[in-house]
Amino acid sequence: MAALLAVENVTKRFGGLAALEGVSLSVAEGEIYGLIGPNGAGKTTLFNCMTGLYSATSGTVRLNGTEIQGQKPHQIVRHGFARTFQNIRLFANMTALENVMVGRHSRSHAGVLGAVLRCRRTRAEEADIREHAHGLLKYVGLSVRSHSLACHLSYGDQRRLEIARALASEPKLLALDEPVAGMNPTERQEMDDLFRKLRDGGITLLLIEHDVKLVMGLCDRVAVLDYGRKIAEGPAERVRKDPAVIAAYLGSAA
Amino acid sequence: MLKALHQRPHLTAILLAVGLAALPFLVGTGLGNSWVRVLDFILLYVLLAIGLNIVVGHAGLLDLGYIAFYALGAYLYAWLASPHFGLHLPFWAVLPMGAALAGLFGVLLGTPTLRLRGDYLAIVTLGFGEIIRIFMNNMNTPFNLTNGPQGMSLIDPVSIAGLSFGRPLHVLGVTVPPTYLYYYLFLAFTLFALFIALRLQDSRIGRAWAALREDEIAAAAMGINTRNVKLLAFAMGATFGGLAGGLFAAFQGFISPESFSLWESILVLCMIVLGGMGNIPGVILGAVLLTVIPEALRYIGDLQRSTLGHIAIDPSDLRMLLFGVALVAMMLFRPAGLIPSRQRKRELAATDSVATQEQGDLYDARA
Repeated sequence: MAALLAVENVTKRFGGLAALEGVSLSVAEGEIYGLIGPNGAGKTTLFNCMTGLYSATSGTVRLNGTEIQGQKPHQIVRHGFARTFQNIRLFANMTALENVMVGRHSRSHAGVLGAVLRCRRTRAEEADIREHAHGLLKYVGLSVRSHSLACHLSYGDQRRLEIARALASEPKLLALDEPVAGMNPTERQEMDDLFRKLRDGGITLLLIEHDVKLVMGLCDRVAVLDYGRKIAEGPAERVRKDPAVIAAYLGSAA
Repeated sequence: MLKALHQRPHLTAILLAVGLAALPFLVGTGLGNSWVRVLDFILLYVLLAIGLNIVVGHAGLLDLGYIAFYALGAYLYAWLASPHFGLHLPFWAVLPMGAALAGLFGVLLGTPTLRLRGDYLAIVTLGFGEIIRIFMNNMNTPFNLTNGPQGMSLIDPVSIAGLSFGRPLHVLGVTVPPTYLYYYLFLAFTLFALFIALRLQDSRIGRAWAALREDEIAAAAMGINTRNVKLLAFAMGATFGGLAGGLFAAFQGFISPESFSLWESILVLCMIVLGGMGNIPGVILGAVLLTVIPEALRYIGDLQRSTLGHIAIDPSDLRMLLFGVALVAMMLFRPAGLIPSRQRKRELAATDSVATQEQGDLYDARA
């Protein structure tokens, strides 16, 4: 399996605090890769470094062989790397459909002139954006709510909408930051099914998650971060028994 | 009746066109020619409000120095078409140059303020507006660029294909005064701006602006180049401002820094807030009301003189008082504006969302 995402030696310091210290990992095409670790371990910081919200102090991030570390978020999306956020960041006062249509921005082109003249190409593109957005809402099971405001959706639906919006950019790699946090067991199971459906559809998933049961059942491989360092990586079963991981979560016997 | 019109868009358009075409004649005969001048100013303010609405209403960037772009358009017109430098370039050449200069300054102002939002952006733009005004006020030495506080006069009136807007036009035995001619010119430009603004609003760019307003980080993560989209909003808004400025200079024939004070920026902003930020019909209504009301208040002075024999309350003081009362009343009763945009309305009224209902259910379940 070829590595779709290769993170090498990424370090991120905020002043004197090292949030990430020489983290390396590689995500293979077609797998579901889990990133776990105690609170404050640096998982979201790593996500932000990969997707361009932060620039890493040192280290490289390659997507399909292209260096993306140092690029702006909007450029990284274009390479086929989309993400969702831990604290849902939807466009709250736009409808579900409009949210997904914005997600299509990186795959459409109409500029001011196109918008003003509304020539045939712009109209076709606009129709395509709309159709694509409807399709994605259906895919995540939100068709009936497409004209509801994002802020009026239930929590679980907001999470789904964020995924649909991210999918609109046609990602090869989708990074999900705690996608099932705060959900009940039924909703979790539905999300689990959705993730499998995405993987089977050819999208590689990278997810930060606290729900050990979900991670162990779903992920092909797991990496564990603690205090900004990677302390374990490998198939879920092996990682679970790793003494360093147990120590990080439960504290070690002195 | 409104419903009947709604079902016949063509009929509505024809009625509207006839109404707008006949308006100066109706107003001129009904209220006097000075009110046709007020009509002209209404159109200029509508143009300004449409421009500022792109920046503030759509992209959510609070700009308190908007009038600076109006000033730039006006001064460029005065430099290139007045005896000041002895240049008399034609109107159709100067006006686009003024709009382009203002657009350029929009980008110049936008670039250093890309990282600023809300209050901080407002303060920087306010400073920019004042810098332009003070520059115009002081640039009579070392060389006389703007003629300082005295302002620039004898600016060429608009002239299209030999038809000068400076003199009354005689057609078919009817005398059409210049204010009427300017009305039609301004109307054409306003409709043009309206068309552009409406089309942009409902497009990929318009959605990108809305996304930027809602959440800048998420917008960037969706592939929106936030820098370009912001600069585009600034440039578009400024271009409309510059266009209005050029028209203003030609119409007045005289400009001075006094016309471009902070008060004017605030006034245009008030029009947007009053009418309904982000909603174009609302913005137009706001511009109409805030131009007409102060003019109408002048009659209160005449009324006092005729009934009391002297002026007890200065109408201009009354104007400020009424403005204040109106704004406070707005915030209390219609915080989203007179004709709120779909989005603002939801934003301010969204209390019983599904999410909060769910929260309530949770508490009920626990109890």
